[in-house]
Parts: sequence; structure tokens; C-alpha cells
Amino acid sequence: MPESAVLELKDISKSYFGTTVLKGINLSVKPGEIHAIVGENGAGKSTLMNLIFGMPVIHDTGGFEGDILMDGQIVKITSPRQAMELGIGMVHQEFMLIPGFTVTENIKLNRELTKPNLASNILGSSMETLDYHTMREDSRRALDKLGLAIDENTFVSRLPVGYMQFVEIAREIDKKNARLIVFDEPTAVLAESEADHLITAMKLLAAQGIAILFITHRLDEVMDCSDTISILRDGELVKYLSRNETSVDEIAELMVGRKLERGHLPPRQVDPDDNDLILELENFKVKMPGEQVRSFNLKVRRGEILGLGGLAGQGKVGIANGVMGLYPADGQVIKDGHALKLNDPKAALDAKMAFVSEDRRGVGLLLDESIAVNIVLTSIEAQQRFLRRTFLPGVRLLDQKAVREYAAKIIKDLDIRCTDPNQPVRRLSGGNQQKVCLARAFSLQPEILWVSEPTRGIDIGAKQLVLDLLVHFNREYGMTIIMTSSELNELRTICDRIALVYKGKVAGILKPDASDRDFGLMIAGKQPVKEVG
Amino acid sequence: MELQMTKGKRISDPSHLRDFYEKFGLPRLIISLFLLGLFMLALIMKMDITLLLSASIDRIGMNGLLVLAMLPTLVTGVGLNFGLPVGFVCGLVGGVISMEYNLTGFTGLFTAMLCALPLAIISGYLYAALLDRVRGQEMMVGTYVGFAVVAGMCIFWLTAPFKNPAMIWAIGGKGLRVTLTLYEHYSKVLNNFLVFDLFGVTIPTGLLLFFAFFCWLASLFFQTRTGLAMIATGANPMYAKSSGINTRKMRYLSIVISNVLAALGAVVYAQSYGFLQLYTAPLYMAFPAVAAALIGGATLKKATVSHIVIGTILFQTLLTIALPVTQTVLQGTDISEIARMIISNGMILYALTRNERG
Repeated sequence: MPESAVLELKDISKSYFGTTVLKGINLSVKPGEIHAIVGENGAGKSTLMNLIFGMPVIHDTGGFEGDILMDGQIVKITSPRQAMELGIGMVHQEFMLIPGFTVTENIKLNRELTKPNLASNILGSSMETLDYHTMREDSRRALDKLGLAIDENTFVSRLPVGYMQFVEIAREIDKKNARLIVFDEPTAVLAESEADHLITAMKLLAAQGIAILFITHRLDEVMDCSDTISILRDGELVKYLSRNETSVDEIAELMVGRKLERGHLPPRQVDPDDNDLILELENFKVKMPGEQVRSFNLKVRRGEILGLGGLAGQGKVGIANGVMGLYPADGQVIKDGHALKLNDPKAALDAKMAFVSEDRRGVGLLLDESIAVNIVLTSIEAQQRFLRRTFLPGVRLLDQKAVREYAAKIIKDLDIRCTDPNQPVRRLSGGNQQKVCLARAFSLQPEILWVSEPTRGIDIGAKQLVLDLLVHFNREYGMTIIMTSSELNELRTICDRIALVYKGKVAGILKPDASDRDFGLMIAGKQPVKEVG
Repeated sequence: MELQMTKGKRISDPSHLRDFYEKFGLPRLIISLFLLGLFMLALIMKMDITLLLSASIDRIGMNGLLVLAMLPTLVTGVGLNFGLPVGFVCGLVGGVISMEYNLTGFTGLFTAMLCALPLAIISGYLYAALLDRVRGQEMMVGTYVGFAVVAGMCIFWLTAPFKNPAMIWAIGGKGLRVTLTLYEHYSKVLNNFLVFDLFGVTIPTGLLLFFAFFCWLASLFFQTRTGLAMIATGANPMYAKSSGINTRKMRYLSIVISNVLAALGAVVYAQSYGFLQLYTAPLYMAFPAVAAALIGGATLKKATVSHIVIGTILFQTLLTIALPVTQTVLQGTDISEIARMIISNGMILYALTRNERG
């Protein structure tokens, strides 16, 4: 390498509790270079950044293997503070600013310039007066470097959201020794024009000799500003590219890759038909924090397994939560030709829909109650089943015998591993808890089953079982299944069609056997040249 | 909530013992042993055990309903009903109205309850509306609502147009007295119903039956659809919501039920005590009830009827036995009231600092 690298990673590996998240990563950044790191959710991007920045989460979980080199010297970064001293800065996805402070105060936070006064002579340096004049000049200089024309005396709370990111960047470059700045998906919360501005600022910084690590999944931006590109997939560095010799298509294809083979799925008696719709969403909006759905349109065919894919934060998770009435929704949902009353969980349940939440412990289960109760409670409340009459008219009590028999049956059918139906679900493994959630939804005998992230946080063996179960529900009982998942490959193994969600809208619908390139482009919000599906 | 399983376990099974221990819990085991020790001590000191036992049983029945009032709010996750005085004063108003018309015996008792009922429902609803606005701080706000209501009622007791000379101040002829004796009205009608002596211990059958009846009702209630909805609301509000349960309605309902139980409990308490205590007497009514529920093993996360029953028995027996015994042992020193305060408030403190399992 002609120039010496500011930062070099050699053979970095990291595992959390036996799960390998990074495998033999090699990477180097030169001064003035913008190096982009792209990959799907869970590819290991964040872990890599935490590692470089010395976040405690890395050391609390047993450290990592391999070496980090700065200017050719091995360094041990054990805390963010040390990383800062070495000249590594970080611009976070969420703003870490104090709204009630001015821009200057935020930039200089904890690095204030001071001058001595009478009190400090007696009581020590902590009583020194702040040197506002110099601090403002410094801030001004940093803001000018970014080409930003905001007043350094305004309160951060009064700034437009897009500008807050720049204050963070200004803080990083104001540090005298700033050599490398990590941008962690900086454009995720910005509007288009603001993002352009940020890219310009990044180029400006690079021109001044600062090395930049740029994490993103917006492929346009990668092509726009980066010099070199690393693609991560499942914790491995699959390709190191130079921008001049690659294309958006190639990056997209490398990013997705293909792991699972679509197994042989059992045949159906009747194939889903485009004219037989069970559910239509029109101009559907959901206010779910972090997963906003904006003007979403979708037609679901009776009896199919439809996948909802896309990156985290793009709104795919919000759809099921909105339809089921758990988050405020607006728009039209038409089930079997009838408009569904929105924002009413009872109405959704009455429309023969059931939901397995992505938040298993938070929404899906009563952790301290027994397996049996978890399975039947929703059926009792929504459909008044498992109740027996008493001598008093109108008063009905829990039918213990029916519940016991039903629980025993479904535990056997779904192969839930437990000691007995009275065991609290808290003591079950993740996979078995998920089966309890599925049993709860299944007991409602739904026509449409919404499943969100069904395999999150459960081990690989259990994953396959859960997917098999969904196929079983679909083929055996004709349930229409709408499955939301961050793992595209999982969707591609069992779904008939996959709708990709980007910025709260459908970016496109693909067949599971569409090319990796098409999937990669669509999750990044770009249309493939040729329309598919 | 647990299903009754068909397969039985033998008592001798060691896992059975461990199950029992896990269910019963260490605090209750310690208190039970402490109680046992006190009984031994009382025997050694040659105290009248039968008298102590009679008093204990009396107090269990007398306070049972007030402790049971803690159950609905605990189940729905509203927390301990520190606003117990809200319901309690409704019971007192009912009691006073019944007395005004010189009703006696069971007629007097049930009239008092019937008069208290609508008052408790209305005030319970208003109280629930208030608690709904201060989610997460129900217990603290409830405490002060209780205090405020008791203070406000002082004005009512003074100005209410009651005429019965047995009730109003002899001088001035206006305003109710601080303590009204029920001796000629419905004092101890429940206590004396089917009362009998067992080895010298007086068993107030009616009183115990009344408490048992309400416990039975409560356990049945939590097997109905509404009751189960309440359990779900408390255990996981999001699960409840996703099951189509109106969690806010369940919280309202639980507070109203708790308030009604407190009102009925107040009437039972008064008839057993023999007096209606007005003005500031209901001020600290909530604390012994809270302490009893917590001693019984109820936590802010989970509570059942059995916790309430066990708690009432342990706490009230402890109070009635510990004080005379300690007084006899440490002759001459009057620590009864101090000990009562330490035990009940200490227990509340202990339980509230441990949000998980009691």
C-alpha cells in the first residue's frame, strides 16, 4: 500500500455467546478516503463499529480476536474515551445533543475552554470561567468547514432536524486530533436535500485529509461519494470493491446473497388466484414509532403466504400492528369486501384475523401465566370459547376441563416441549415460547394469520420448525399467512410472493425466485430496470 | 391462575414439599414460625390462649373484606388501593343512615350495606377516573385521595342533617359525634350469628361465613371472562389489548369493585367493633389492609384470593397475639401501638421495595 492507513483492521472476529457475528474481517482506510460499509440488517455493521469505538458492550461480552492498527501500530481500544483520544469520532444515528444548549455549548460539551478567575485560584480549576469568545470562534470554524451557515448561538432545540446531524459532525471535527470519523447511517433520518448536503460535507472533510467510514444501505449515496466499498454479509467481508469498477447492481447482489435453498413445499389443492382477494389495503398509514407506514397499498390473495420484507425502520413491522389495532392507523382495510374498523383490536379479531407479534415477550405472552392460559385467553376474550354455563343465566365460568384437553392436544400437535400445561411460559425456551404464540393465534381459527419476525431470537433448529408450522397451517387449514421478516432468505423459502417495503410504501412485489440483484435493489428503494412479479 | 390438574402427588414426595415451600414463600414461613413461637411463649407465660385465639379469629373476620378490597386493583395492575378510605367512608355513611332510622339487627346491617352500595359505586367511578389520569403513580395519589376524602367528610359529619339524638352532639344539637355506639342497633349481628364455642374459643360463624362467601365470589369472578380479562390486563396490558380487551375499562371496573368491597368492609368492621368511628378515624384504614395483603404473598405483579386469606390470618393473628404476649414478657412497658406501627409499616416498606416476588 503506497500511503499508510489511518486505521487498519486485521482478521477481526467476534462472537456473542457462541454466535459468531464477525469472521476474519480485514479492512483499511487511508487519510482522505471515504470508505463505505454496506450490508443487510444483522450483517455485523454495528458490531464492527462498536468494536472500533471501544464500546463497553464488546468488552462485556468477552472482547474480540484480531488487531486494530492505527498508523501501523497495534492499539487497544477499550473505551469510547480512548477512541476519542486516538482521534476517532463517531456520528450517531440518533442525535446525542442537549436541546436546551446552544450550538456552541453542544460542540464544546465536556471540552470547554476556560480561563482562570478569582474563585478558581482558590477553589481549583473546576471553578474557572468559560471562555465563550474562543469557544464561539472554534465552533464557527468547525461549522464553516462543513459549509453550514447557521448561527453558533442558536439553541439546538430551535434547529431543523436535518441540521442537528451537522452539529454532531461539527463536534467531531472540532476535536483537534480528529483523524477518522465514523458515520453510522447518518442519512437515515434526513430528507433528500439534507442528505445531499451531508454528502457534500463528507466530501469536504475527506478533502481535508480526514478518513471517513460510512455505514449505510442507500446504494445511491455509496456510489455518489465513496472511494472504496466493503460489503458485509453474515459477519463476513464478502467483497472489497473500488467504486470505479463496480455498479449498484453488483453491490445489491453481493449484499443479499443466497443461503437457504427453497425446499420442496407441499402442493396446494387450489392455487391462489389474483381475482380472489381476501384483503386489500388502500392508502394505509400507521403511526408506529420507528416503523412508520405511509400510504401503503397491497392486495392479498386468498390462501397464499405473502412475505413483507425490507430493512429495519422502513415500516414493514408497522403494517400488521396497524391492521390489528395495536398502533394508530388510518386508511382503508377491506377484508372480504367489508371495510374493517380500524384502531379496534376486537374488530380485527372479529374479522377472523390473528397476529403473532414480533415482540414476543412484550405483546405475545403472559410470562408468569401457564402455557394453557396463554394459549386460550385470547379465544376466551374474543370468541367466548372455553366457557361453561352455570346455574345463573349469563354467568359463565372458565371450563377447566375443556381448556386442559385443548391445551394438551395443541401442545402435542405443535410439539411444544414442556413439563405440563401448567408450566409458566417464562421457563420455556425462545422457540417453544414462539410455538405458544403460534398456538394462541392458531386457536382463534383465523382466516388470515399475521406473523411478525417469527424466527427472531430462536435457534436455527427451532427456526425451521416454526417455518414448517406456518406452511402446515397454510396448506392444511387454508390460512392466508402474511409474514413479516427481516430475513429475506427466510421469506424466500416459504412465501409465494414477497412485498418489499421501503419508506413505508411497497417498493415492489417479487417472486421468491427473483434474482438477488432485484431483492438487493428493492430493499434499498431502487426499482430494477425490468418489472418482475 | 392455575388449572386444577388431575394427577395427584403424594405428600411424602420431596418435590411436593419443595413446591409447597416455593408457593408459600420464605417471608410467610418466617412469620408462621414466629407466630408459633409466640404461642409457645404465651403457653409458658400461662396466658389465656383461648382468649387470644378468639380475639384473633374475631379480627380476621372483621378485617377480611378490607384486605380483599386490595385484590381487584392488584390484579389489574393498578396497585394496592391506598385510597381505601374512599370506600370506607361510603360504608360509614351507609351505617349512619341506617342508624338514623333506628333500624336494628340484620335489617339495620343490610340497610347500611344497601345505602353504602350506590355511594361506593359512584365515588369509585370518580376515583377511578382520577387514577386513570395519573397512571403509574396510582398508589401515591391514592394515599392522598384517601386523606383528602377523610378530611372532606369531617365537614359532612358536622353539617349533615341527622336528627337521631343518639348520634348528634348533646350540646348544640347539630353534627354527628366522633364515636357512635351501635349497641342498640346492629352491633355484632354477624358475629353472633350461629356463634359457638370450641374448646373455649369463640367462633363468630356469621362473620367468618360472610368473609368466606366473598372470597368464594372473588375466586369465581376471576374465572369469568371479565375476571380473566382483568388478570390479562394486569399481567401484560399489550397482550390484553391484542386480545381485544378494553384495558381501561378493566382498570375502572377493578377500582369500583375495590371501592365497593371497602364500603361493605367498613360496615362489617363497624358491627364487629360495635362502634361507628367517624371523623379522622378512617384516615389510616388502608395501611393494615395493605400490609396484610403483602404479608400474604400478594405482589404488585400477581395476587390471588389465597394470598388475601393467608395474609389476613397471619397479619391479624400477629397483631392480636404479639402485643399482649410482648407486654406480659416485658412487664409494664407499653409498646403495643409502637409495635403495631413498626410491623405494618415495615411490612409495606419491605414489600414495596421488592417489586418482583414477595
